[in-house]
Amino acid sequence: MNAARKPSTFPRGIHPAESKEPASSLAIQRVPFAERLVLPLGQHIGAPSVAVVRKGERVVRGQLLARPGGFVSTSLHSPVTGTVADIAPRRHASGGMVPAIELETDAYATQKMVTSEVPDWSDLERSAFVDLVQEGGLVGLGGAAFPSHVKYALKPEQRCHTLVINGCECEPFLCCDQRVMEEQPQDVLRGCEILGAVLEVERVVIGVEANKPDAIAVLRQALTRREPVGFEISVRALETKYPQGAEKVLIRALFGDEVPSGALPIDVGMMVNNVGTMAALTRWVEAGEPLVERVVTVAGSGIPRPANLLVPIGTPLREVMAHCGGPTDDTVLVINGGPMMGAPVATLEGPLLKGTSGLLAFTAEDAPVAEIAPCIKCGRCLEACAYALNPSRMGRLARVRRFEAMAELNVMDCMECGACSFSCPARIPLVQQFRAAKAWLRSQKADS
Amino acid sequence: MGRSPRLAVQTSPYLRTAVGVPDIMRDVVLALVPVLVAAVWFFGPAALLVVGSCTLGAVLTEWVFTAKGESTLGDWSAILTGVVLGLTLPPGLPLWIAFVGGASGIGLGKLVWGGLGQNLFNPALVGRAFLQAAFPIALTTWPAPSAWGSLPGSTLAMPLMSPSVDVVTAATPLGAQKFSQELTELSSLVVGNTGGSLGETSAALLVVCGLWLAWRRAFEWRIPVAMLASVFVISAVLYALAPETAPPPTFMLGAGGLLFGAVFMATDPVTSPTTPKGAWIFGIGIGLLVVLIRRWGGLPEGVMYAILLMNSATPLVDRIAQPRTFGHGVKT
Repeated sequence: MNAARKPSTFPRGIHPAESKEPASSLAIQRVPFAERLVLPLGQHIGAPSVAVVRKGERVVRGQLLARPGGFVSTSLHSPVTGTVADIAPRRHASGGMVPAIELETDAYATQKMVTSEVPDWSDLERSAFVDLVQEGGLVGLGGAAFPSHVKYALKPEQRCHTLVINGCECEPFLCCDQRVMEEQPQDVLRGCEILGAVLEVERVVIGVEANKPDAIAVLRQALTRREPVGFEISVRALETKYPQGAEKVLIRALFGDEVPSGALPIDVGMMVNNVGTMAALTRWVEAGEPLVERVVTVAGSGIPRPANLLVPIGTPLREVMAHCGGPTDDTVLVINGGPMMGAPVATLEGPLLKGTSGLLAFTAEDAPVAEIAPCIKCGRCLEACAYALNPSRMGRLARVRRFEAMAELNVMDCMECGACSFSCPARIPLVQQFRAAKAWLRSQKADS
Repeated sequence: MGRSPRLAVQTSPYLRTAVGVPDIMRDVVLALVPVLVAAVWFFGPAALLVVGSCTLGAVLTEWVFTAKGESTLGDWSAILTGVVLGLTLPPGLPLWIAFVGGASGIGLGKLVWGGLGQNLFNPALVGRAFLQAAFPIALTTWPAPSAWGSLPGSTLAMPLMSPSVDVVTAATPLGAQKFSQELTELSSLVVGNTGGSLGETSAALLVVCGLWLAWRRAFEWRIPVAMLASVFVISAVLYALAPETAPPPTFMLGAGGLLFGAVFMATDPVTSPTTPKGAWIFGIGIGLLVVLIRRWGGLPEGVMYAILLMNSATPLVDRIAQPRTFGHGVKT
């Protein structure tokens, strides 16, 4: 155990106000089932799922609704017992129309989960385990919603010696991962044991930022009560700093290792998974409960009663927020995810997705449309960038559309964490400029 | 179901630091206030008048030339240029010359380049270089620290008239050292009761102001550290080689405009490198040039030209001092 070790971290980065209270000290609450749910078929990275039910068909909670549409794709299960109202384009929270399954909840059903028959994971070959994870519809719950089984399908030459479990939750306001660690530590740890055993790792390290001392204590306490497994599982405290939860940054913070540009953590023998994903893995593999609901933090100045809610996937955002008394009439900005990397919500009629870790509402005071001043080259953005890019120089190049020169400064490495834009005293929308440059560079590459 | 709020669709991030450009500039102006008070203490009310006219020249010029568009006076940068320039001027300078200095600093040093953030050279130093070329005598007339309440006769000279130089002058510590091999006491350099530009004389005060700015993160601390360290090391070597002619390194640090330049001029973010490595190169380069000019140049002081020369090298320094991007140059 590294209990006595001083919290480590990565170079540079920023310290935005954490704003975790009051939600972080409130237990997870289940919300009532909405009358209608909308489940987009493409709510993960990769190919959309393919519906296996028909309009008018009766479905039970936990039943398969759609199968994977390819390897980089996953399954979708019904979060309620009810009927398939339609399979047609529906409004996404970002405003566009996307293919989706609409369900009408049966108000008189018990809503008991009908669990799936799952084989004993310890008897499975790794490829069969990968298929099993895909059947459960598991995706990374940290926000990116990348199908989990794709990560677990190692190529023959790949080996994972270290499994890193991401409990940083470095985005301000968000505390759903913290609540999962504090309330479901056994599920989280069991997931670590299962995945660690399947991947034949040497160690599992759970990285948690020091602003969650209770989560660290609970996990460490829970660890002492578990039977030893063939590898070490430890909890490491990290200095609270953004963007520590980015996987390459987390690896740098924990071990000092640099994952090369263009490579994945597995190329240095590591894999990073979110704590919530571990708990979901345990519930699927051990109890046959597919991913049909998730914990989401609802907070911000436009939310009268911030909370951590356990919400069925597909619930309209309006109903999720209404459960917390929001959004208030003076709300001008709603964010799907955290305030640093989240996506703007255009319509509250859109549904909550598997990747929705936060639902934040802000009033005009907290969403200022700032005037942009000229860059004074103060260098704060360079001190903020975890990847040691030069946002100041790239921003100046972006203004004159010199995108190739930006590529030479490695703009394609930018993960759009927003630390540079946050720290800029001139309020220059640096990340936005980099997104535009990256899109242009990608289109050039595609054309050639 | 409640009403539908009108939602703004913006891109992330949605959080911004509270520190804006005006806050950074204002911090530097605040750090200059004690320096100005010390200047008034040592040189009398003329100090206030000189700095005031210089700032007026800077602010009026900015106001006139930006009158058509949005006013940029609120960013505090014109005020900062005026006060910094004013504090580098001799105590008895005719006020109209100080005004011209402020105006030329903003006009030639900033606005012709395209305004804040676009200029290559430190605007205050452009103003001072302009004055040095146009009024060489007035810029090198150093009244002795005077009794409180008296004005040097030259202060109120009419525009374009030769100032009637009837003031008691005193050589600056650097001039005395260079031209008559007289070393000023270190204690005087620390306290500041010597001849010289308005803001440069008190070493102790400048160090305190610099530490405050570093704590406020209002400037790049590497630049003054690199500058002072390189001056100290190089002049220590020279002193070791020729103790009879070379001044001791402590004298080199405390005398002249080195500390003022290190804290308030070389650290101007616009005209200094943005990268950490670039800041070290920039500071060391200035230190080297300062020693070269003071030791072998025709002038007793070289901080102004050293900074201006390194300003011109800043784009190149930034280019060669690019930080290594995370994940580049490492193998799996």
